[in-house]
Parts: sequence; C-alpha cells; structure tokens
Amino acid sequence: MNYFIQQLINGITLGSIYGLIAIGYTMVYGIIGMINFAHGDVFMVGAFVSLITIIIFGITGTSSVAVGIGVLILVAAISMVIAGIYGWTIERLAYRPLRGSFRLAPLITAIGVSIFLQNFIQATQGARVKPLQAIISGGFTILEGNDFVVRVTYMQILIVVLTFLLMTGFTYLISKTSLGRAQRACEQDMKMAMLLGIDVNTTISTTFVIGAALAAVAGLMYLLYYGVIDFYIGFSAGIKAFTAAVLGGVGSLPGAMLGGLVIGLIEVFFAAYFSSEYKDVAAFSMLIVVLIFMPQGLLGRPEIEKV
Amino acid sequence: MSSQLPTLPALLPMLKRSAIATIIAFFLFLPTLGIKTAASGGVDGLFLQYRWSGLAIACGLIFVARMAMEIFGKKQDGTSKPAAAPSALVRFFGSAKIAKTVGPVLLVFAIVFPFLPFSDRYILDLGILIITYVMLGWGLQIVVGLAGLLDLGYVAFYAVGAYSYALLSIHFGFGFWMCLPLAGLLAATWGVILGFPVLRLRGDYLAIVTLAFGEIIRVVLLNWRGFTGGSNGLSSIPRPSFFGLPFNQEPGGFAATFGLEYSSMQRIVFLYFLILALAIFTFFVTGRLRRLPIGRAWEALREDEIACRSLGINTVNTKLSAFAIGAMFGGFAGSFFAAKQAFVSPESFNFMESATILAIVVLGGMSSQLGVVFSAIAMVGGVELLRQLQFLKVIFGPDFDPSQLRLLLFGLAMVLMMLWRPRGLVSTRTPTVFLKDEKTVSAAMISQGRG
Repeated sequence: MNYFIQQLINGITLGSIYGLIAIGYTMVYGIIGMINFAHGDVFMVGAFVSLITIIIFGITGTSSVAVGIGVLILVAAISMVIAGIYGWTIERLAYRPLRGSFRLAPLITAIGVSIFLQNFIQATQGARVKPLQAIISGGFTILEGNDFVVRVTYMQILIVVLTFLLMTGFTYLISKTSLGRAQRACEQDMKMAMLLGIDVNTTISTTFVIGAALAAVAGLMYLLYYGVIDFYIGFSAGIKAFTAAVLGGVGSLPGAMLGGLVIGLIEVFFAAYFSSEYKDVAAFSMLIVVLIFMPQGLLGRPEIEKV
Repeated sequence: MSSQLPTLPALLPMLKRSAIATIIAFFLFLPTLGIKTAASGGVDGLFLQYRWSGLAIACGLIFVARMAMEIFGKKQDGTSKPAAAPSALVRFFGSAKIAKTVGPVLLVFAIVFPFLPFSDRYILDLGILIITYVMLGWGLQIVVGLAGLLDLGYVAFYAVGAYSYALLSIHFGFGFWMCLPLAGLLAATWGVILGFPVLRLRGDYLAIVTLAFGEIIRVVLLNWRGFTGGSNGLSSIPRPSFFGLPFNQEPGGFAATFGLEYSSMQRIVFLYFLILALAIFTFFVTGRLRRLPIGRAWEALREDEIACRSLGINTVNTKLSAFAIGAMFGGFAGSFFAAKQAFVSPESFNFMESATILAIVVLGGMSSQLGVVFSAIAMVGGVELLRQLQFLKVIFGPDFDPSQLRLLLFGLAMVLMMLWRPRGLVSTRTPTVFLKDEKTVSAAMISQGRG
C-alpha cells in the first residue's frame, strides 16, 4: 500500500510536467487545427536554456533555499522568454505562410522544424547527456510503514504547486481577459473573428508564445526533477504530452491537464509494477487505444467535419 | 521586372526590419549556439564554453539573408509579383517528354554502372544505398504522395521486413527468395493492423500514431532479448546466394561454377543488381497502380476526402490498401537490408531513418517517381559531401563532425521546400481525362492546390 502511495506521488509529479506540455498542443490544435510536432522540441530547448542559465547564475545545492527559489524563478522567466521567442519564430517562419495551403503542408513543415531543432541542439550542445546536481534536495516522510517509507521531496511539492499556480493563472487568462476571448473566438470561427476586428495573426502568435513558455517551465521542471537532459528528450516527452492532449480531449484545457496526470500515472505505475523497459510502449499504446475507443477524449467534444 | 537598387529612404525601413530579425536571431542563438555546456569531468559537472565568433557569424548571416529578401524578394507595398512562371528547371523536369527520356537513360546508366571503370567497392556501396533509398522512397510515396497519409513510422515496416528475414533464415533456414514475399506479407499485415483502427480518424492522428508505432517497434526490438537479440542485434544472417550458388571460394561456389576468378566484388555486384531489380519492380507496380481505379481513388482521396465519400468511395479500405502496399515495399527493402548487412540491430531503425525517407519523398516532389530518384541521389551524395566540409570546425569547435549536420539540413530543406514549392521540385500532375493530347499541369499552378 505504501509503495502504491509513493508511486501515486511520483505519477502526479510526472503528470504535471506532461500536462504543462500538453497545454501547448491542445491550444494550438484548438485554434488552427494542426499538430505542432515541434512543440516537444521547444520543451527540450527550454530545458537547455534553463540548464545554461542555472550554470550562469552558479546556484548549487549548497545555496540557501530562499536564494535557490528566487534564482529559479528568474531562470524560469528567462527560459520562458527565450522559448517564447522560439515559438513565435517557428509560427512566423514555418506555419503562417502555409495557412490555407493543402492539408499535409503544415504537418510536414512541423516535422521539418522538429528535426531541425533536435539536430541543431545536437550540433551546438553536443550529443552527450547533460547532468545537473540537485538544487533543491531533501523532503519529508509522510507515512512510515513496516517495510516501505513514503517520502515527498521538496522538488515534487514545488513542481505540483507551480503547475497548479500556472494552471490557475492560465485559466484566468483564457476565461477572463480580452486575449482569452479573442483566442476562443478564433477557435470557434476564424473568419468571423477576423470580420469582427480581432487581429487573428497576433492571436495565433500569442497562442504559440504562451504554449512555448509553458513548455519551457516544463523543461525546467524536467531538468530539476531528473537532473539529466539531452537533445532527444523532446521526442518521447512530446509524444506522451500529445497523448495526454488527445486523452483529455483535444482543444480542452482542463482535459490536457487531466490527460497529463493520467499518462504520468500510467507510465509510473507500469514501470513500478510491470517493466520499466516497456513503460514507453505502455504510454504509446495508450495513445492508440484512446484513439480507437474514444477519439473525442475524456472532456472533448466530438469533431464534426464540415465541407 | 526591373530590379533597381532601392533609394535611401526606401532602404531605411528595410534596414530596420533586418535589424529586428537579427536581434531576434541573437536571442535564439545566444543560449544554443553562443554558449555551450561542456562536461569537465570533475565534481562540478558542467561548465560553459563561449562561442562569440560563431554567434556573430550566425547573426551576420541572418542580417544579410533578411536584407537580400527585402531587396530582391516580394515588395512590401502589397504589389507582389504576378505568379511566377515555372522556372527553367521545373519546366525541364516537368515536361512529360523529358521525363520519358530521362527515365530510360537513368535505367541504362544504372545497369551498366557496376561495369564502369571507376566503380570500386566504395562507389558500388553508395549505389546500393541510393537504390535502397529510392525503393523506400517509392514505397512511402504511395502512402504520403498519392494517398496523402503522413506516415512517420515507415521505418517500422522496414524493421519488420529486416527482422523477418533474419529470424526466418536463422531459425528455419529459409532462403532469401522465400523470405522476401513473407517479409512483405508480414509488413503489410502490420500495416493493416495498425492502419485499420486509425485510418477512420483525421489524417493528423495517423501521423502521430505511426510515430508512436515506430517507437514501439524499436523499444520491443531493443528489449525482447530472447527473440531479437536486444541491442546486440542478430548477426551471422545467411547471405543470399546466386540461385543456390554461394559467393565463396569453394568449388561449388559462384566463381568456380562459371569458371571465373574469385573476387569479393562479385557478391557486391550481385547485391547491386538484386536491389536494382527490386526497385524496378517497385517502380512498375506503383506506376501501374496509379493508373488503376485504386490509384485514382488514392489521389482523389488526397485532394478531397469528403467529396470522395459522397461519390461512394470506401475511404477506409482505400486508405488501408495504400498503407498496406506501402508497408509491403518497406518490408521487401528491409529484407534486402538484412541480407546485405548480414546483421540487424534496432539502431538501424530509429526515427531519424523514417525522417530521412520522408525527406526524400517530400523533396522529390510528393508524387513524382523521378523526383524521388534525384532527391535520393542528392541526399546520399550530399552526406558524402558533408564529410568533406572541414572548415565548419572553425564555428563549432574541433571535435565537430560535419556529417552531424545531415539531418539538420534535411529539416531545413523540408521546411523551405514546403514554403517555396509545396508540391515538390518536380511536381507534375497528369490529368485523368484527355481531350486531344496529354498535358501536364505546371507546378506553379498546382502549388497552392489549384490546377
């Protein structure tokens, strides 16, 4: 039982990270109906920018907690800005000129951008894995059984709390601000939104920037949680986050978060109880199973195709 | 079309826009190109290396490129140039007559190629590699180019074919010609199993599911050690023989039987003709399939799925057939790969291989068979050229291997291709119904889906 609770905590942590990435997929899909394959690689770039910024600031595990957290917020801000610029540039250069082109074209450019980013980082940063010492270590014991001790690390608390805060802020942004209204309008009917004076291009660009910024935070969390990154992490994290978006219902924001949690839990429990080698297979098979049995997802609306 | 140099007042906003682009590029490149994390090997783990010269060069290139676009590209006041006439290159390859002459010339060249004086072992290996990619490209072209289904896990079927041959020949002693159809069949079966549930959904879902499937196959091959040998792969796969005559120095071997002097080149030449024959087979089958009702249905499906459904085409079965046939050719190529290497391991079947094959199809013009040949040659040749580019070490540091840039350039080329000429370099489309004589629709007209 204690083992189960421990895995539950680990799964929720991992699921938070996936959920943050999944929001980027689901928002972009909602607004322009396209899978942004490069999103997983923006997450990877965010992780690398975080790593470099952390080394520049020179914080280590020995710094005091207050300094550590203060600097980490700064690191998150910097990597959000840089990843946001990446998101904006990708949309501007690779996707916007193809709006209204044939169906396959933006998908192929997205693949191209993804391949480019992966190999660009490999060429500039090297192919080896990058280790980072734990910055926030320690934790406390919440349950002490006969044979197994359930521990929550401070890092896990930080990840879950930060995700919760970001989600709250983000939900506010979408439901209450004029930007959020413009986004929802574009999602429903882009032409009509344009006629009513909404700057559709800016709205779409902002969507990409927000998605990329959230992915950068996820990248920072991934870096701190696992302590090791390489240029390839965006690939499998990207597919899993996309699975999360599909599972929650593409286009639905709470769905993306819920899907992320479910995928995180599935991966962790599969690794804990069956085989850690096949945990990716479990997550990827989940994608296929979900698409077969409930393509509209948990919280999504069924898609109606119109001429 | 007078391309005068702009005056100074016109130049200022251009400079401003270029400067903005350069600033953005600076922030994009600063944490990736400008600063590198390197392992020190000590306790501290990582330290930073700075490459200001590389950063400056990259930003300078962006500035120059943006300025060039401003001056020679589209005018900003909305009066863009009229739709450009197809360029000479496109007209040259696009015309049906040229295509009809270039094809046979290439074929004859491919047949005499092993007997040319400069064809040594290295050149022939390159030739085999090119033709393998051409065959894979033609196979994937059915799925991507004709039926318009984006398949990102094509290499999974290649892997199924390769492991089928390896396992069947090791465990049951089956020969190459017996394994070949079996490998194709198994790959096609996997295509059906995977495609059947997913093809009912929107096209983009298929892309991500095939991506996931490719990874599943690779992870299974990597971890099912008892069956596939894990990361060590399967070695000592029997090599194919010439109608029962093995290529060795034994009295019963190929050389002894035909009274030739033994040489290791004989096996290479045989493999070359084997893959050439398989590729030609693929070419004819796909070429004929395009003219059958099923091929017409594929292309119609690519253009407008809803219209197809309303005309009574069974979209699921049509897509499934394209998917399965494409997978089958992947299986054939895979079983040749296993026979040639005599060794298979999961490393050969990663996502980058799928991306390479997709890049060949995209760059070759999504539905041009000739285009695939040229892009495969350009790609394999380009990789060989990249090995020679040693001056890049100045930018990236001494331990930089230029052939790493291969996929980076593919990614870039795929994006540029889609932006510049979405239907490919050699895009031609033959109308189904002719009034008097055959005409080709030019690339410029269909580039935006018209024509």
